[in-house]
Amino acid sequence: MLEMLQQIGHILSYPFAVRALIVGILVALCASLLGVSLVLKRMSFIGDGLSHVAFGALAIATALKLSDEMLLVLPITVIAAILLLRGGKKAKIRGDASLALWAVGSLALGYLIINLFGNGGNVAGDVCTTLFGSTSILTLKTADLWICGIMAAVVLLLFFLFYRQIFAITFDEEFAAATGLHTQAYQLLIAAITAVVIVIAMNLVGSLLISALVIFPALAAMQVFKRFRDVMLCSALVGVGAAALGILISFAPTQAPIPMGATVVAVNLVIFLIFALIGKFKSLQIRKSHI
Amino acid sequence: MAQLECRNLTLGYEGKTVATGIDFSLNKGDYLFILGENGSGKSTLAKALLRLNQALAGEILFADGLKANRIGYLPQQTPSQKDFPASVKEIIRSGGLNRGGLFPFYSKEEKERAHTVMEQLELLPLENRCFRELSGGQQRKVLLARSLMATRELLLLDEPAAALDPHATAELYEIIRRLNQEQKITIIMISHDLEAAKKYADKILHIGKDSAFFGAAEDYFKGGTAHA
Ligand SMILES: Nc1ncnc2c1ncn2[C@@H]1O[C@H](COP(=O)(O)OP(=O)(O)OP(=O)(O)O)[C@@H](O)[C@H]1O
Ligand SMILES: [Mg+2]
Repeated sequence: MLEMLQQIGHILSYPFAVRALIVGILVALCASLLGVSLVLKRMSFIGDGLSHVAFGALAIATALKLSDEMLLVLPITVIAAILLLRGGKKAKIRGDASLALWAVGSLALGYLIINLFGNGGNVAGDVCTTLFGSTSILTLKTADLWICGIMAAVVLLLFFLFYRQIFAITFDEEFAAATGLHTQAYQLLIAAITAVVIVIAMNLVGSLLISALVIFPALAAMQVFKRFRDVMLCSALVGVGAAALGILISFAPTQAPIPMGATVVAVNLVIFLIFALIGKFKSLQIRKSHI
Repeated sequence: MAQLECRNLTLGYEGKTVATGIDFSLNKGDYLFILGENGSGKSTLAKALLRLNQALAGEILFADGLKANRIGYLPQQTPSQKDFPASVKEIIRSGGLNRGGLFPFYSKEEKERAHTVMEQLELLPLENRCFRELSGGQQRKVLLARSLMATRELLLLDEPAAALDPHATAELYEIIRRLNQEQKITIIMISHDLEAAKKYADKILHIGKDSAFFGAAEDYFKGGTAHA
């Protein structure tokens, strides 16, 4: 055991490992903070849905023979995310349904375009990229580190400055508007930041991992805590903790290399199950004390 | 000068008219009941006063330092997402956000004000409870406290007693009467409860296609069943 810890410590003397750890933690922090309101808005699967949109955009970019496909893919995905998230109370189609609409629609459209205008190319490879991340988390560059740092700083600042407004608007948009809050502006701001975070994170760690990072910490926190502030704090802690633990575990020397993303998801799952048990236990106790 | 005055309002949605010719004015400390059958446009009027909807025609005038965003609003529908984690205290404090303040936390005054409001409504024992685990009546009271955080001038309550048992209803009406008499807060109460209107209202506004009325409560009820 001690030997294993030493081995992990040794791996951390390599810059690539430290970079993976930092990026993993920062992405998890952003995702778990934004995750609470995404889950409440019935947008848990937004990471997955947006990867399909990105695929559709990629197909268009390929058909147009753009030299840098990301110039088209990033804006389209961000715009789709903003449209999805901004809806709020007035939207006629809500959460899960509009997400599915976008995902399935873009997938079909993308596939159609590829077949009509496709010039061979490595379509399958590109699809895999949008699903599992273009850069492997182990080959991150210093620039990726900077992007993540800025992204995390923006998200933290957003929550620090506008925590009360975010609470009021997520809880009751109509009342918030009645008291003169510019709900539309806030919704747009939050939607835009969420969209950018998810699209960036999707490129770094892949959409499957980002979905897990959005869903698990928020749900785990909601099992135990009943106060918005506690849920936010707990979600952030769980997200960061699980990401750090998962990445470190995946550095452990074993016969075959441990896949990092799957390990992070597994750690998240275990923490969620523990929290669910605690939640059950807590509500049993409350019931007992009421009798 | 009246605190709030509506002149010849027409209400509706996307060109479809719901109610026309709404005229009334309120002074500070008045207690107005708005009556009218389902779909007559009472909630639509409330939203127009709050500037959530645009009136199709007519004017809404505020005076005496009252502004649309300083109205304490209790919506007809309780916002209740089954899984929303929020404590009673968090919700009540959020009502005071219209007092501005760019500082990202609640000030000491705001916290004390929330405490006073909870004390007045006897909500202190519930302050750390989870909103979604309260009974319907308790939830209404929490939302009343939140609307009280938003105002010192006017409370606009959209059927606050709907779905409450007789005891809880009486308690709610008593609290509102006290706020009206002791703090001189103007009350606009939307309701279907004629008994309560008889007991508490100074003024009555009846909205309806062919039975519009605005005036003193005595005059409304002197007409007997004419309007009811
Ligand atoms: N968002 C909306 N879009 C279009 N029409 C609406 C909308 N909300 C309400 N209406 C219509 O406006 C009319 C008035 O509705 P409103 O909610 O104001 O009635 P109300 O007097 O409050 O009724 P109740 O006693 O049932 O609460 C109704 O005919 C309703 O169908
Ligand atoms: Mg109504």
